Amino acid sequence: MAGRLRLALLVLLALVAAVATASGSKWATVASDGVHDPASPAVGVLQEPGEALANFPRDTAGNQVRWVQALDEGLIQPRTNIHPETKVNLRTTEVLLMNTSVQPLVRFPHRQHTAWLDCSNCHNGLFEEKAGATRIGMMSILMGEKCGVCHGAVAFPLTECNRCHSVVRDSAEHLQFGGALVRETAAK
Amino acid sequence: MKWRTVLLVLLAWFAITVPAHAEYADVVLNRLSEKSGMRPVVFPHWFHRIRFRCKVCHSELGFKMRAGSNIVQMNDIINGKFCGMCHNGQVAWSADRCDLCHSGKRGLPSGIYGGSETGGPGRW
Repeated sequence: MAGRLRLALLVLLALVAAVATASGSKWATVASDGVHDPASPAVGVLQEPGEALANFPRDTAGNQVRWVQALDEGLIQPRTNIHPETKVNLRTTEVLLMNTSVQPLVRFPHRQHTAWLDCSNCHNGLFEEKAGATRIGMMSILMGEKCGVCHGAVAFPLTECNRCHSVVRDSAEHLQFGGALVRETAAK
Repeated sequence: MKWRTVLLVLLAWFAITVPAHAEYADVVLNRLSEKSGMRPVVFPHWFHRIRFRCKVCHSELGFKMRAGSNIVQMNDIINGKFCGMCHNGQVAWSADRCDLCHSGKRGLPSGIYGGSETGGPGRW
């Protein structure tokens, strides 16, 4: 009896460890997520996040989903427009943000951003079109301005420093810019 | 007997590790809902993102990106604006399915839920 219990204990320990390490935090159900009313008739009709998101590339933050990767791999095919006449704007230039103090430089990739967003979502309200013309600081980002309008709210959160601060000064990646702030890339 | 106690404690721990939190980027809209006798609206970004790119709602439909800066009224939705551009019974369920959107817990303040970390977008 004690042996069987010990076995069950071990299995359970392995399960807890697997949940804690491999999967990170799991998705809550609609009925238990704290924002939906468990008595609402929508419970049982609305799709469960766990059902929709489990098969996408896994992240350790936000929705636990690598959304750009899911898009690139064709796992999702979200519509780009509703009106047939809407022009879908895409860009592939990368912009280097230099004033990062002791942190690595920031490489801003237009490709990933324009896959989701239109130019007008950022220009010229949040950011000037001319590279280097907008003063961007972490304080304002943390306050929900500039990049912080999305990052920290709907796009990957601000705990993921190195995803933006990814270019070490004078590294090969830095030198690819050849002293310029903007670089054209082949669409990946 | 001791093993059984440990097993029970672990089971309880396992139950607790199943989270009870909103999904990242869930938006609660309650500027007008409860005043009008309805549950607040829960808008899940994750669900819509699988089907539409950000630009569809935030450029074509004209939803401003800062939560709380859009006054969304049922009249406009029924007339095909905001949510009503898709929630018209053709692209998605129509506006007469009240309870599917108005499904939030009563008393919740408007804002972004699910562990958002910036003060800005949640500012109403």
